[in-house]
Amino acid sequence: MFQSLLKATGVHKSFAGVHALKGVDLDIRKGEIHCLAGENGCGKSTLIKIISGVYQPDAGTIEFDGKALARITPIDAIMLGIQVIYQDFSVFSNLTVMENLALNSELAQKRRLVNWKRMREIAREAVAKINFEVDLDAPVSSLSVAQKQMVAICRALMFNARLIIMDEPTTALTRKEVQALFDIILKLKAQGISILFVSHKLNEVFEISERFTIFRNGELVKTGETRELDSNKFTYYMTGREFAPQQFVPEQVSKEPLLEVRNLTAKGFFEDVSFALHAGEIVGVTGLLDSGRSELALALFGVRPADSGEIRLKGRKTDIRRPRDAVRGKLGLVPEDRLSEGLFLPRSIEDNLVIAEVDRLAGPLSVIDRTKRRDEIRRLVDEFKIATPDPKNACQTLSGGNQQRVVLGKWLACNLDVLVLSGPTVGVDIGSKHDIHEILQNLARGGMGILIISDDLPEILENCSRVLVLKSGRIRKEMDTRDADERLILSHMM
Amino acid sequence: MSGMARPKGTLSTLYAGNRHVFRLVAVILAWMVFMALTRFEKFYTLINFQTMASQFPEFGLMALGVMLCMVTGGIDLSTVGIANLAAILTAFFLKAVALPDGGLPAYAIPAAFALAMAVGAVLGVFNGLLVSKVRIPPILATLGASELFTGVAIVLTNGNAVSKLPIGYATAINSKVLGNLIPVQLIVFTAVALVIWFLLNRTTYGVKIYLLGTNATAARFSGLSNDRLLVKTYMLSGICAALGGMIMLANYNSARANYGSVYVLQCILIVVLGGVSPAGGKGRISGVVLAIFLLRLLETGINRFPQISSYYISLIWGGVLLLVMVLDYFSDYSAGRRLKRRPATPAP
Repeated sequence: MFQSLLKATGVHKSFAGVHALKGVDLDIRKGEIHCLAGENGCGKSTLIKIISGVYQPDAGTIEFDGKALARITPIDAIMLGIQVIYQDFSVFSNLTVMENLALNSELAQKRRLVNWKRMREIAREAVAKINFEVDLDAPVSSLSVAQKQMVAICRALMFNARLIIMDEPTTALTRKEVQALFDIILKLKAQGISILFVSHKLNEVFEISERFTIFRNGELVKTGETRELDSNKFTYYMTGREFAPQQFVPEQVSKEPLLEVRNLTAKGFFEDVSFALHAGEIVGVTGLLDSGRSELALALFGVRPADSGEIRLKGRKTDIRRPRDAVRGKLGLVPEDRLSEGLFLPRSIEDNLVIAEVDRLAGPLSVIDRTKRRDEIRRLVDEFKIATPDPKNACQTLSGGNQQRVVLGKWLACNLDVLVLSGPTVGVDIGSKHDIHEILQNLARGGMGILIISDDLPEILENCSRVLVLKSGRIRKEMDTRDADERLILSHMM
Repeated sequence: MSGMARPKGTLSTLYAGNRHVFRLVAVILAWMVFMALTRFEKFYTLINFQTMASQFPEFGLMALGVMLCMVTGGIDLSTVGIANLAAILTAFFLKAVALPDGGLPAYAIPAAFALAMAVGAVLGVFNGLLVSKVRIPPILATLGASELFTGVAIVLTNGNAVSKLPIGYATAINSKVLGNLIPVQLIVFTAVALVIWFLLNRTTYGVKIYLLGTNATAARFSGLSNDRLLVKTYMLSGICAALGGMIMLANYNSARANYGSVYVLQCILIVVLGGVSPAGGKGRISGVVLAIFLLRLLETGINRFPQISSYYISLIWGGVLLLVMVLDYFSDYSAGRRLKRRPATPAP
């Protein structure tokens, strides 16, 4: 029989009347990789916080290594060997790698003087555990996301971790980095450490985990062996809905291109990029993180203008030096980082929706026509099914999928011709992802030209009629998605 | 506005959205009651209120400009510098156009205001360009500009006061209108406050600067011209400051490079007390106007106690400021906790 490391039974937790966990169970065995999946708001983060001592359960028991835990604090959890690596890694980005690694143990030992030599020793030992090669004196802010994560993992390992909980660890990683992370997870497993891997990405769950548990709305839906799972079942357990795959087939593609890019070059990022986008089609651009795909989006929108080459909108050569030029040319960008680039989180949903078209809602002397504004907001909220009791609420009260709809709505309010999306469904759960894809496909059918820049290959294959593969800043291959599959695209990316 | 679920009832809704404003009103009322109980006959006189109404527009106008800058996430430390330079140039102008008998031609006062506003606008644009195009942090840009403007003012006047102005100007501004009741200074302040209220609440400019102050990156990604908005904002602040300078010119009947130097920091404190977040994106003009009133009422009230030295004014003012912020901290803290406990709206 397998031995349980952590066993949670019948855990309940309510917050101010909201029942976040309704009697869930979770059983993690020694040395296994267990995947916890579920859509946003399903209670998985709450359970993690209970396990790590941040919250106390209202009812239910948690056993760790055969012993019942009662009212533990985060420190107790760390002492027991439970480590959580949060999405933001909780590293000090202004300090060096060495300081980040050594600080905790220095503090735990209540040392008052700094001994750099000892700190270096501690740090060197920590990175050696997973053969992580890094400059110990580099400030953490200069590291890539993947490296920051490695620092967090090294730090977790310093405390004789027995269970490492990773909260959506792959969100900001490239394919290669995900692979490196998986190698490390397997290494940890070989050392007898259990991993609880929180994710809602299907392919990752299949690839890495042995067993899985899926929550929906605070309830346990299914737990079992990963090999008994398939993609339809997974989606159904997660959402309670069945989705027919919706392969996009362009209907009416215009002869003249809406957007034409000729020999566009931004030194150090991409070179000699040429392509055309017609009304009614969705074109995908994919590539690794350093392929220049994100920079291409920024250049098209004028945030970081290209050095040479030309952009033609509806056949007219347009000089895009600033985002405003792009918006005037009826080109919008849904940026990569929704939270920092796309939204004004503390402001109302209303303000967020109409900001890009606010000049159109104003009369003489730029006085806002309030009736017009109200009608426009009502139309957008309905059209994009933004789930909110009141559009006057702050944007941060919305879930990730709804926030992304607000960003989409902001641009669609402007009657654009071309919409460029950079990672349109990163961090969005399956249900909303499906809805967003449906919106995009409908927009293309309505005559818009859409450019999806993404490294989510199933997303590209499902929604785009053509795909451009970028590698080291150049277009390596242009393919009809009917003739492509993930493996083929990957072979051109790498 | 506040993003919280709306409680029942219009009054409590109103309170939830204007917590800070209500708190300021409460403090003002408490002070008024205290004055009524202790010094009723000395404080509650028409002349006393008229005097207050002629004094506070000096710094009140400057504070309105600082508020605009703070909404964008910036600050303006050059208000007093602009006010004095504008006042000095206007004083030169008034002396130049004065008639031989010491009177002023009819066009002189409107022209003087136009000149001061133009000077304020130019100096404000200078600040705005430093902040937006050269990307100097606003606190440094306007501090440097303040020294520069004051320096120019000193050079122009050799550090002396420009006095012996044609009497017509001070008489006009110090007079009272509407049945000899309302001081002209108050009219100027009210007009500017209304214009700014309108700009912030009814025009695209207002919406844009609130959003710019909330998240400048997202503003850029939404196609706003951040630079132009900042230049406009600092220009407006410059105009407000110059008008404040015009009121000082009338109240002192002279202009000098170092008048009103305490106002620089006082304006910032008023704006923060008024509920404007120094981080940008938050704050209402009603709060700032109330904070301006509160400062004036406190100072005048204290002066009615001869046994309390005027040295105490700073102490009391500082105490009130910190008190309101502590109250805010506790109410925001509990609101923040309530918000945190409620999990995010589940995805559909």
